[in-house]
This record gives sequence, C-alpha cells and structure tokens, in this order.
Amino acid sequence: MTMLPPEPSKKLGLVIDLDICVGCHACAVNCKEWNTGGYGNSLSDQDAYGSEPSGAWLNRIHSFEAVPMDAHGTPQPSDARIVHFPKSCLHCDDAPCVTVCPTGASYKRAEDGIVLVNEEHCIGCGLCAWSCAYGAREMDRASGVMKKCTLCVDRIYNENLPVEDREPACVKSCPANARHFGDLADPSSDVSVMVADRGGFDLMPEQGNKPVNKYLPPRTKTSRCASQARDDEVPNLVSLAKNNQSTGILGWLDRTLDAIS
Amino acid sequence: MHPASSVIFFTTASGAGFGIMGWLCVAILMGHYILTPQTILMGVIGLALAGVGLLSSTLHLGNPQRAWRAFSQWRTSWLSREGILAVITCVSFAAILGIYLTSGVILPWMAGSCLVLSLLTIIATAMIYAQIKPVPRWHTKLTVLCYLGFSISTGMAVIAAVSPTRYHVYLAFGGLVLAWVFKLLWWQRASRTSLSHDGSTTATATGLTGFSSVKLFEKPHMTQNYLMTEMVFEIGRKHAARLRQIALLAGGLLPFICLGLAIVTGQTAGFVMLSCVMHLIGVGVERWLFFAEAEHVVALYYGKG
Repeated sequence: MTMLPPEPSKKLGLVIDLDICVGCHACAVNCKEWNTGGYGNSLSDQDAYGSEPSGAWLNRIHSFEAVPMDAHGTPQPSDARIVHFPKSCLHCDDAPCVTVCPTGASYKRAEDGIVLVNEEHCIGCGLCAWSCAYGAREMDRASGVMKKCTLCVDRIYNENLPVEDREPACVKSCPANARHFGDLADPSSDVSVMVADRGGFDLMPEQGNKPVNKYLPPRTKTSRCASQARDDEVPNLVSLAKNNQSTGILGWLDRTLDAIS
Repeated sequence: MHPASSVIFFTTASGAGFGIMGWLCVAILMGHYILTPQTILMGVIGLALAGVGLLSSTLHLGNPQRAWRAFSQWRTSWLSREGILAVITCVSFAAILGIYLTSGVILPWMAGSCLVLSLLTIIATAMIYAQIKPVPRWHTKLTVLCYLGFSISTGMAVIAAVSPTRYHVYLAFGGLVLAWVFKLLWWQRASRTSLSHDGSTTATATGLTGFSSVKLFEKPHMTQNYLMTEMVFEIGRKHAARLRQIALLAGGLLPFICLGLAIVTGQTAGFVMLSCVMHLIGVGVERWLFFAEAEHVVALYYGKG
C-alpha cells in the first residue's frame, strides 16, 4: 500500500558522523556483502571484471572538499578539508518514493518507519528513484526491481544472530565508529542525544521529505595558520638535543666515541 | 534525465490518441459526428495510438509481466491513475463507437464523460513528471499545460490529415498555436530554472552549510552507475539550443506554413498530411528534450551544480 502510515511512534534510522568518517568504504562493502545474500534478490553487478563495471549499491561514499570561513565570512582555502560523506536511504517520514509507486511495492512500515520494497510486486518502472532527491534507490539490472537500503531489517530483528550483531551491516562494520543505529523518535535514545548534542541535521530539508537519518557536522578544527604559529614557538628539538649533554655511563661513552672519531 | 525511447514514443503517441478521442467527443457533443469511413478511421487511429503508446510504455519496465499491478494505487500514484484512466477512456470510447456502429444510436452523455476522461488521462500523464520535485524543470503546472497543448494539437493534426476540410485546418492552426505558446513559456521558465531552484545546493545536499564552498573531491566509484545514467544524463544537453530550434521548426513553424499553403493553394490533402507528419516528428524531438534537458538534484552529489 503506497499510502504513508500515520507518523510511526518508533523511527529506526542511522546517525552518521561526518567528523569521524575516514572514507574507507568498509560500510558500503559490508552492505553489499550482506544484502546480496539477504533480503530479496541478490545485488547484481554488470561487467564486474570488465572495463566498465557497474552494479547496484545501497550505500555509497562520496568525498567532498570543504573550504571553511573565518568569523567574518572570509574563505580560508589553506584550511580546506576533506569530508567523507556516506549516503544511503534516509527512511523519510514524508517519503515521495512510497506515494509515487503505482503497484504498492514501495511501502513504509507503520511499526518502525523503515521504507522497503516488496520485490515480488515491483515492476521496475523507476519512478520511485526519480522521486528521491538523495539518489537512495538503484535499479537492479539483473532482476529488474528497485533496490534500496532495508536498514538491514533481516539483521536487526534476527533472533538467529547474537544480540550484539543485531544492527545494520554498515554500522557493525564501521572501524571508526562513525555510524550509529537507533530509534530517532525516542528523545532519550543514544542516537537522539547525539543529534541534540552535536547539532545533527537533515540533508536537503528544502525538499520537504523529513528524513529520519541524521548527519553530525565535522567539528571546527584549529586553523592551519594558527597551528603553524604554535609550531614556531616549539624549541628546535635537534639543537635541544645537542645542547643537552648526556651524563653518566652513556655520557662517558658518547664523549669517548666523539674523541675517537 | 535519461530519455528512454519507449517513454518518448508512449507520451507522444498516446497523447495524440487521447487528443483524437477528445476532439471526436467534442464533435459528437456538437452534433457534427456522422458515420463515414473517414470518421471511423479517425476513431480507430485514436484507439490504436493510445493502445500502442501504452504498450510501449511497458517496454522500459524491469518486470512488464507484473504491469497489471500498476492499476492498484490510484489513491496516491499518478502513474497508477494514468494507467486506470487510459484504460477506462479507451474502453468508453470504443463503446461509443461500437454502439453507434451497431445500433446507430449516439449517446451524448457518454461522449461528455469520455471527453472529460481523455483530458484527465493526459493530465495524469503530465503529472507523473510534474510531481517530481527533485527535477525543478518538470515541477510546474506548465508541464501539464504543455502535455494538454500537444495532445490537442497532435490530435487535431491527425484528424485534419484524415479529413482535410477547411474547418479542420483552422482548428489545426489553433492547436499548433496553443501548444507552442505553452511550450515556449515552459522553455522560458526552464532556462531560468537551475538545479538550485528550490534552494538545493551541494552544501544543503551534504549539510556542509557552514563552509564557504563545498565541491566534489572524489566520486564513490570510477565508472557509471544507475543514478548517473538515469538522472545525471548529459549527452545532448550541449546541443539543446540547436535541438530546440529543430523542434520549433519541424514541430511548429513548418506545419504552420504547410497549413497556410493548404488553404492558399487548395492542395489541401497533401499539405495537411505533410503538416501532420512534421508536427509529430517535431513533438518527438520536443519530448526527447523534455527528458534530456531535465536536471535532477541528485546530480549535486556528483559534482554538478
């Protein structure tokens, strides 16, 4: 059914920390690995070992160059930084990908807000992918159905897995702990507290989709110019070492060897 | 957006088909429709164009065998509404013709409702595109007016080609002007509608709004993917201005001149036929551009905008 449910009391989603992500792509690889054998059809690749490989991925990592500005709004190009930016479905509250679906294959769960595709009903028209501002949906060229992040619905409720493994594959695999999973409708959950503390934000709020997933901003870094100035104040270690004559048996050895050579 | 040939053919052909049905319903309501081989032919062409167009639209589906499921979600989905309305319109128009052919009775109330259904079908087709907010150039009521305009103009162009009376030629003139006025307004809006029309930029897309500039440093992968071939389609955009001229020339100016020559020279049939063929080709080019020129905000994640 492509009508959106009433606002769910539980909103499962991800919080991604752009300050911590190192852009290693481990989350994307583990996502592909789990989901090619998990929910629905496998995630196919085309020309996988050829010159133009392509395939369906539910999570991709883009890297951006961001130039900060000082308090007066002047760009500080010498302080430019790389921000790694993982992107997957945001499980929006007002998900247009659900309402445009002509078959009812695309739906949002009332119980936890997860947006899913019933692959048995999907005709592969692609309209949901068009309606998504974030590019969260990709057509699987082999099975002809739309694929998207399931929030690892087949892990998080999977009683065959140990309790500590019942979280999305991307969260589980992140070596930097940049990805967090939880209930964003519960203000006391770890993820909600994190969002409140760090000023978590929505992607493209102007598109009006009310995404559930939140991102945490990169922390302000010390300006490169400032840290350069600080470096100048540090005494030169080499001259320090030269001036500081060793004592004791090592000092005697040092002086003796100097005399011989 | 990737211009799928099946979708271009579908929107052009079924647009003309429902245009023909709509015009014939108008004729019935005005008491002008009488059974002749020509008027039957018009109806059959209308049904055939709508039918072939709808069939071709299933060609771009990943699983066309499940297309029947698309009739289920009329409460929220314009694509579903379009499918349902198209079938009801074709069935009711076929019923009008069938009843007239077999019993000689023509039912104006049926023609009235079929006219409304034809218009609603065209509107539903247009809304599939006009509803897509991430494509700012589509997301306007002008898109609906353009689809209506070209249905009206191509429908009458075909009717005039089958029966080149002076009356039909005048109506074809009117259709041409109406359609191109809407399209020129659409083009004018498109040329001042950028990706950031609704305020979306690379900064809002990544949330890195506190920086003075944000630009793509590295794509997620080295080659193409579905998102890029489908929504970051760029081939042909550099020829957009030239293609617009071709569309306007073939689809508007030359058909207009041909219709004029038809009236002036009295060689009506040939010129009207030529005008119809050129108009359909021009609308095909226009429809190709409609897709190729549309930019999707997902391009912001791929270094555009």
